[in-house]
Amino acid sequence: MIQLVSFYIFASIVIVAAAMVIFARNPVHSVLWLIVAFFNAAGLMVLIGAEFIAMLLVIVYVGAVAVLFLFVVMMLDIDFAELRAGFIKNVPLGLLLAIVLVAELVLGIGAYQAGAVKLGTPEAGVATVSTTVPNIEAIGALLYSKYVFLFETAGLILLVAMVGAIVLTHRRSHGTRGQSISSQVQRRPQDATRNVNQPVGQGIEL
Amino acid sequence: MIGIEHYLVVSSILFVMGVLGIFLNRKNVIVILMAIELILLAVNINLVAFSVFLGDLTGQIFAMFVLTVAAAEAAIGLAILVIYFRGRGTIAVDDVNRMKG
Repeated sequence: MIQLVSFYIFASIVIVAAAMVIFARNPVHSVLWLIVAFFNAAGLMVLIGAEFIAMLLVIVYVGAVAVLFLFVVMMLDIDFAELRAGFIKNVPLGLLLAIVLVAELVLGIGAYQAGAVKLGTPEAGVATVSTTVPNIEAIGALLYSKYVFLFETAGLILLVAMVGAIVLTHRRSHGTRGQSISSQVQRRPQDATRNVNQPVGQGIEL
Repeated sequence: MIGIEHYLVVSSILFVMGVLGIFLNRKNVIVILMAIELILLAVNINLVAFSVFLGDLTGQIFAMFVLTVAAAEAAIGLAILVIYFRGRGTIAVDDVNRMKG
């Protein structure tokens, strides 16, 4: 009972927040509603026992992606009123498409409920959900054994994204004196220092 | 009790919201990127729901990879947005025609 009630609370907040993301006038508000949507989606996932993905949603989306969005929205000086000009004009086409999509999805779920579509049975193997092992432990065991190469590929994707973002946005400023590593490394001791037998009583020549 | 249909309905509504958002805010790239994030969230909910109700953990692993790609996509997209704004002073999608032949 409490499960059902919390499901409906989370689900309705997710949907309302998603609607506000789309319809908010101010993109900053959109980002904040996006955060609300992700928090409640994480709640939905906790509800069916996918704790790892829920934590990941909060950490990755709320902690990184939403902050990135906020940063960009606030950093760029954009006239958002001008960007909203075509909003009303696009409503009919958008609504038509949304209705068609909803109808198709309702058809699919209706077919499942009528019994025309059956859920398959999972392949018996390492990936089956166990009731004794906690979710995070099971995912860790699977991720570092069967899917270890995929896991490393994901790391590679993130690395490429990081390098790409830095290369794209980095501005080399002119007129500043940077470090020339190659000339530093090439420098020899004999070029840099001089041994002088200095006579007493005379000044040194530098 | 909660069945898989509940989750499927939520994720379908979320997906449609994302598509609608792309259509309604056709000029504003930032909101389009957020709508794409909504669509990916819908996909993730679907993957996790099927994973749990089928009793197969692979769906949750896959949801993690979807999340990874979504984060990478957001970072690159916003970086492109920043350099585009630097060059043109606007982010209106209609003005993106520099590479038109």
